Amino acid sequence: MQAKSEYGYNSKIEGDVVLTTVDAALAWFRKNSVWPMPMGLACCAIELMAVGASRFDISRFGSEVMRFSPRQSDCMIVAGTVTYKMAGVLKRVYDQMPEPKWVIAMGACASTGGMYRSYAVLQGVDNIVPVDVYIGGCPPRPEAVLDALIKIQEKIGKQPILQGTVAARLLNLQEK
Amino acid sequence: MSALEYANKIKAKFGDLVADPREFRGEITVKIADPEKLVDICQFAKKQLGLDYLVDITSVDNYGEDPRWSLVYHLRAIVNGEEIRLKTDVSEEKSELPSVLPVWRTANWHEREIYDMMGIRFRGHPDLRRILMWEGYPYHPLRKDFPLAGKATDLPGVAFTKPAPLEGGPFVTVAGGGDAIGREPRVRTSEA
Repeated sequence: MQAKSEYGYNSKIEGDVVLTTVDAALAWFRKNSVWPMPMGLACCAIELMAVGASRFDISRFGSEVMRFSPRQSDCMIVAGTVTYKMAGVLKRVYDQMPEPKWVIAMGACASTGGMYRSYAVLQGVDNIVPVDVYIGGCPPRPEAVLDALIKIQEKIGKQPILQGTVAARLLNLQEK
Repeated sequence: MSALEYANKIKAKFGDLVADPREFRGEITVKIADPEKLVDICQFAKKQLGLDYLVDITSVDNYGEDPRWSLVYHLRAIVNGEEIRLKTDVSEEKSELPSVLPVWRTANWHEREIYDMMGIRFRGHPDLRRILMWEGYPYHPLRKDFPLAGKATDLPGVAFTKPAPLEGGPFVTVAGGGDAIGREPRVRTSEA
């Protein structure tokens, strides 16, 4: 930090101390390590692999730990066509993820059924799970996936974590 | 041995049961009158003629005609790559024919797929379950009288389906459109 900087952290004045609220700090931790659950169902999954690989590098945003166990993940990325037969499995995987959890519907098929107006395809994954961010495209560019991740991070950053909880009362963070 | 010779040998062996081989664009088709004799013919084709590879089984819905179903078996000899096609018809009331699983084990999943999509049953199949749609789905979606958008089903705990919104579609491209505008998918007007 520059010494002449007017705003923000100034080590000359504040020493090695940063002041914040507990909620903001926790949200900051949380939003910068979103572990994705890659629900790769079709060609979008190939693009999702590109997001994880060196050129686009999702680890710049703290999300490189793709968990193939729903119990260890925060954000399900539904990448591909969801058939009715798969829909039950997808719902079950979502239910197995611990709270708090988020969902990205990646691509036209996951968002709306896409070009598959058919007896076999679920017309949008939001029929069975709550979706936070929809990404257009068939398949979307990797940059679009990263943009969706940044939007999820913004959302996570705004969500209160301790407010209204027992922990907050114990820490006496809330006004009586 | 060429494909035509394979077909002629089947004809010579089974006589009236088998129609004369037909050739179309270099491919040989043999029509079998009685589907009940299918296993015998397939056994002969595999063991005696060496048509050892069952490439595929497909079914055709001749909706509005009798017999309604046609079944098509594609056989190939691995040694020389020659291929012939066996065809047989099954009526809608019967909708059943013997399984060729004792001849080619690969028929297992082909026959399950036909059962799933068309609702034709294979007698003697050890495990005739649906293969693409889920267990308990009430329709056979590749039949001609099944709507493209699907039908609503509700099976609590298994799955549900709703008719897909077609929005005036289906939109199809017409082959041979000169430019991008001509090739753009459109609602197809009835050709009749």
